This record gives sequence, structure tokens and C-alpha cells, in this order.
Amino acid sequence: MIACRKSFTDTLLQLARTDKDIVAVTTDARGSVTLGDFANELPAQFVECGIAEQDAVGISAGLAHCGKKVFCCGPACFYVARSLEQVKVDMAYSRNPVKILGVSGGVAYGALGATHHSLHDIAVLRTFPAMNVVLPCDARSTAKLVKFLVDFPEPCYIRVGRAAVPDVYENDDFTFEIGKANVLQDGSDLTLIGAGETVWHALQAGRTLSAQGISTRVLDLSWIKPFDRDAVLKAARETGRIITVEEHSRFGGLGALVTEALSEHPVPVRILGIPDEDVIHATSPEIFHYYGLDAEGIVKAAKEFVK
Amino acid sequence: MFLIFEYLYLHSKYYNTKDPMDISQLKLISEQSRERLIEIICQAKAGHTGGDLSCLNVLTVLYFHTMNLTKDNLEDPSRDRFILSKGHCVEALFVTLEAKGILDPSVLDTLGQFDSPLAGHPTINVPGIEVNSGALGHGLPIGVGMALAAKMDGKDYKTFVLMGDGEQGEGSIYEAMMAGRQYKLDNLVAIIDRNHLQISGDTEDVMGIDSIRTKWTAFGWDVIDADGDDIVSLVKAFDGIDYSNGQPHLIISHTTKGKGVSYMENVAKWHHGVPSAEQCATALAEIQGRIEKLQKS
Repeated sequence: MIACRKSFTDTLLQLARTDKDIVAVTTDARGSVTLGDFANELPAQFVECGIAEQDAVGISAGLAHCGKKVFCCGPACFYVARSLEQVKVDMAYSRNPVKILGVSGGVAYGALGATHHSLHDIAVLRTFPAMNVVLPCDARSTAKLVKFLVDFPEPCYIRVGRAAVPDVYENDDFTFEIGKANVLQDGSDLTLIGAGETVWHALQAGRTLSAQGISTRVLDLSWIKPFDRDAVLKAARETGRIITVEEHSRFGGLGALVTEALSEHPVPVRILGIPDEDVIHATSPEIFHYYGLDAEGIVKAAKEFVK
Repeated sequence: MFLIFEYLYLHSKYYNTKDPMDISQLKLISEQSRERLIEIICQAKAGHTGGDLSCLNVLTVLYFHTMNLTKDNLEDPSRDRFILSKGHCVEALFVTLEAKGILDPSVLDTLGQFDSPLAGHPTINVPGIEVNSGALGHGLPIGVGMALAAKMDGKDYKTFVLMGDGEQGEGSIYEAMMAGRQYKLDNLVAIIDRNHLQISGDTEDVMGIDSIRTKWTAFGWDVIDADGDDIVSLVKAFDGIDYSNGQPHLIISHTTKGKGVSYMENVAKWHHGVPSAEQCATALAEIQGRIEKLQKS
């Protein structure tokens, strides 16, 4: 088990050793982002901005404008709130191909509370023209993503968690293509769709459900924007029911994306996510459990749903 | 006589490497830009006239004297960079880009029309505009990034960022001031158009800025004062920048909001006031009078 942030920065460091245009920018977060090795080994490609997210995103835009391959890395909660206008204007609207690595996204900071949660990022960022949004689900897909992003000429927001996560992909024999969903398990009674860390929980739930006679398809919809409309429509057509699972507000996120896509071909959809309330003070796994976002909660919801 | 003196003074003291445009020529361009500015604002029936007028001299000096930027090097990685952080004064930039041969007059004439390629703020689909701006406080951080990229690549292009004085309320500017100093960006030049007025009135009544010099000096910047209503003073200020002193630079361009149109000068309502047909005619007559005088001299 490796944390996605570590997979991200290890891959970035490996690529940056030979590609001198790669620059990592951070905001006093080299520790939490796991950029310490990068900063020590490649100081000339590392930019510390101090605790100043607006400045960091603006600086990143300027660097990218001048040809640098910029990865602006820090806690997701701050980049999609404090510096949101810089993300909107300097990155998206100005088409500067900065990549923001938002770490410890969603409720990864657990009991630190709502200041440190980012449960609105999908809702907001997918409305920005030219912005790309992706939530890789494990270390291997994250590594593939970084290799793709280095020369990707568009702005992109990447949200990962904090803790080490189990492998969804057990070897490197898979593709992780922009805008494509991956079918992790096929099924015909129900489809579970996850993004980021919920993918693993959905997969566990899918295995349990299929073993218990509810044939369950599981989709990894890590690419939120662009997203795989065809895979969603196909799942609706072929399985007739969909449950979305997201570490995000139930408003405007993965569930909204899926229901919007299905609005002209509707099938019943249940949206599992964080309700419109202040999140309970607990560890991240406890929060997942409390709101029914872990395998157990998903199985329970699924059984009620297909009754 | 005075013009000859200026010319000799500038040549003798400051111009070793490049042939500068004659001061009288710069003055003429600035007035001609003013004329075109009033024309397009009257045509479009929109614009931030007062602030356009106060920063036109700076734009003229930057584009026709200081910066290495022409219509032929817009994609050249070694070109100088300019960011109009006070993006609402885009009309002044448009007329300057037109005068420079970068923006086509037929395009500029569409300002204010449905589906014009031109917005009321800078956008990158216009040739010569580097980044979209208009949300205040964004230019300096981007400028820091551009200047930092030049340092990383060992390139000697310069980055210029023009801000408003009302804009100094934005906190992101102060973050960038710290970074500019931290990375010793002596290839970065910020300019504040110090016209003392913002949309609601006197800057000191809205949210006092007090001493810009003291603040920026405390942040480690090299601060230079200039009379922004005077081309000669601006030329001296830009030419006097020491690009190897290890400090980022700030030029405080002391100006008059609405400069060059008598009834607009120092009147807050012209922040985005649009003149009537009669007022347009008056403004144009004033400017044209000055142009004729400059052309004769």
C-alpha cells in the first residue's frame, strides 16, 4: 500500500531528473505533499512560495506561460478555496497548463475539521471551461497519470488523499486514458461508480454483492472532466440501476455528473456522498463509515436499492 | 529647445545600446493614442476612461521605448512580457497595441459590438496579450512566475506588471511582493498608476494606501518615483532601472486620472464614465490641438 501523493511525487521526481522543465511549486507543504526528496535533490526545479496559495497559483501560471511544466502541490482544501480565483482566471481562463496536485482531499484530514476538507472541488472546478479534473484511485493509476500529465498542454486539477491506499490495479497491465472510465468488474443488475478513494470501496462492495447474487458492475470514473459519458450510458442501459459513491458533497459532484448524463435516458440513481451538514469530527475511515461510503455502507445501500 | 535638451540628455547619459525613440515622437504617439482611445470609447459607449488616460503614457513608454516587443516577436521566448493587472483599462492597451501594429484597426473598431473578439478586459485571443486579467491582484504573482522562469532559463527578458492604486487593496499583491524579493527578481518591474482615485472616490478615503514607497521598500523592493503625466520623467525612470541589483523594482507613476481631457481630470465619475457626443467632441478637440502643436514642433 502506497499513498497516491507519494506515488505522484516519486514519479514526478523520477521524470524531473531528466526533464529540466518540470517544476514543483508548493506552499510550505513539502512535507504533507511528500516533496521533500524532490526539494532536496532538485532545488533548482523547486519553488517554495510560503503560505500563500494565491501567489503560488499565480506564480505557477507565470512559470507555465514561459514553458515550464508546473506542478503546484499542496492541500486540496486551500487551492480550491483560497486561490480559487487564480485557478479560474490564471489557469483555466488564461489556458495556462498548470497542474494542481491537491493532496489530502475530501475528508482525508479527518478530525481537523471542515477548514481542511475539500468537498466542493468537483462541483466548482467542472464548471470552469478548459479545466480538467481527475481523482486517481491508487498508486499505479496515479503514476500513469503523472506520466501523461507532464506533457499535457492543458490545466488540470488532481485530487488525491492522504493515507496509503490499497491497490485497485494489481499490476501495470491497464490503461488510464484521459476521459475514459475503467470497468473493474462486470455485472448486469447494478452499477457502482466511484472516483478517487471510493473506487476501492465500491470494488469491495461489488465483489460482495456479486458473490451474494446481485450481479454488480464497478466503474472507476477517476476522470471527472472530461468523463466517459458512453460508459455511464452503457452501464445505465445494461444494468438499469446506478449507485455513485463520492468523497464529496452530494451536491454537484460525481452523482450530479452521472444524473446529468442520464437525464435524457433516466434510470434510478442513488447518490452516496457527504450530506449538507458539517462533517462529523472523526478519522477519515470513521467518516467514510458514518456516511456509508465504505464497502459495508455501499453493500447496505445497494441491497435496499435493488429490492 | 527643451526637446533638444531632453534628447541630448537622454542620449548622453542613458543610451549606449539602443537607439531610443525621440521624446517628441513618444509624446506624439501618446496623444494620438489618447485621441484613438476617446474615439473607440465613444463608439463602443463603454470603457474605463479615467484610468485609461492616466496609464497611457506608461504604456507608450513601455511599448515604444522600453520593451523588446514587436508584432514580429510575439511568440519569441526571449520577448519582454507585459501584464495589464489593472485589466479594466484594456482600452488603453488596445490603442497602444494598435499603434504598435499588433492589433488590427478593423478589429479594434468592433469594441462593444455583439460577439466582438475584444472583451472589456484583456483576453489572450488578442495578439500581444499574455494572460487574461481583470480580477485585480492577479498580475504580480503571474509576473513573479514569468520573471522566475527567466532566471531558471538564464534568459534576460524582463517582465512588466502595471497595477492600479486602488488595486493595492488586494492581498495577493503582498504575497507576490514577498516572493519577488525572496527570489531576487531584478528582472521584474511593477508599476503602480498612482492617480489617487478609485471607483468610489479618493483612494485614501476608500482604504488608505498611504506611503507606497515605505511599504514596498519595507518589502525589499527597489522603488522609483516618476511623474507619470510626463513622458520624459517616465523614460528616465525606466532607463534608470538597475536590472542587476538583486531587487525587484517598483515604479510609482504619479498621475492624474483622466489625464489629457480637462473635464475628466481628477473626477472620480470618469472611472467608467462614457462621454456624450458633445463631450467626445470637446475631448477630441483638446487632444487634436495638442497633436497639431506636437506635429509642428
